[in-house]
Amino acid sequence: MAKEKPGAVEIKTFATHHVITQPNPLRGVLRRIPPDIDHDDPVARAEQALADLSGEFKQWMTIEADRLSAAHATVLRHGFSHETREELFRAAHDIKGDAATFGFPSAGAAAESLCRIIEHAPDLDQVPAELITHHINAIQAIVRERTKLDTAVMASALSRQLRGIADEFLVKVNHDRPEHLEAILAPSIAPAE
Amino acid sequence: MYRIDFNKLRFLICDDNPHMRRILRTLLHSFGAREVYEAEDGATALEMYTHYVPDIVITDWSMPIFDGLELAQMIRQPESNANPYAPIIMLTAHSEKRRVTVARDAGVTEFLAKPISAKGLYQRILNVVANPRPFIKTKTYFGPDRRRNTSNTYIGPERRIGGEMEVMQQPSLLDKARSAI
Repeated sequence: MAKEKPGAVEIKTFATHHVITQPNPLRGVLRRIPPDIDHDDPVARAEQALADLSGEFKQWMTIEADRLSAAHATVLRHGFSHETREELFRAAHDIKGDAATFGFPSAGAAAESLCRIIEHAPDLDQVPAELITHHINAIQAIVRERTKLDTAVMASALSRQLRGIADEFLVKVNHDRPEHLEAILAPSIAPAE
Repeated sequence: MYRIDFNKLRFLICDDNPHMRRILRTLLHSFGAREVYEAEDGATALEMYTHYVPDIVITDWSMPIFDGLELAQMIRQPESNANPYAPIIMLTAHSEKRRVTVARDAGVTEFLAKPISAKGLYQRILNVVANPRPFIKTKTYFGPDRRRNTSNTYIGPERRIGGEMEVMQQPSLLDKARSAI
């Protein structure tokens, strides 16, 4: 979808690298508008559209949580292989990424803790089975019980407790793996709630 | 103040999760975009990239077949017939700093950690539209300039060396890619 016919590409050649500059091909989609006549707010419009969509979020979250439980059931039946590990990780990773958007931040936090176990445990077969099961059960419970008024605080406390136990385990089993230890202890760059 | 005419932009979004694709589509349409193409894995996204020549790619990282990182690396092929310069926004649940570095070294233009917000997405799009960075080609890297500032005081081992040798003009690769459709 051409906006503006791009001009020639300029290439500056140096001993170790080239610097390639082309006139901005997307310049034509930018409009300069004086602030006093700019009444359009695309971000507010998008936030409203998300709010309009939110009626579906509970169902979507249930589907995601059930996918995670199914992946866990496969692990319990067949053990950890490359495929079963990947599916469990992807299901947890998706919840980590989208649960807060769907209104389930504590489920996202518990899923993040599970992702860290899968990523950083040196041998998944040596991870206490209950540690993984507790994460799965917590996510299911948070999703199922969300409509009850007193569950938000409890869900937050539960996910924090799981994270604490998981981190303690990961620090212990990675004491001789500095690159993992560094990643485990590094702060998250995910936007705050 | 700048505004973007989203209806003139063509987007390709790539995420294996249908719910996240729906969220992205909703946000982009609300911004005013009309042309939003969707792929659920990296391989399909690469095909669609060549076919539709999107202006901006928004991709997840963790996906089956090949992931968003590999997609970025395949787009950033300087000799490719497709446009190797399109802005790539990596939208991912990975939230460790080292991931940002890995994505940057694969040629990703902007990194956006989930959970997604309308504001975060809009700002990344505005940035790639209004402030494109020059591209750097070395033996091991082709992609947007990884330096966000222009300080000349860096003297570390990875500093660029060598004086300017020559400047040559070439026809736009973007034109070439689009004329091939």
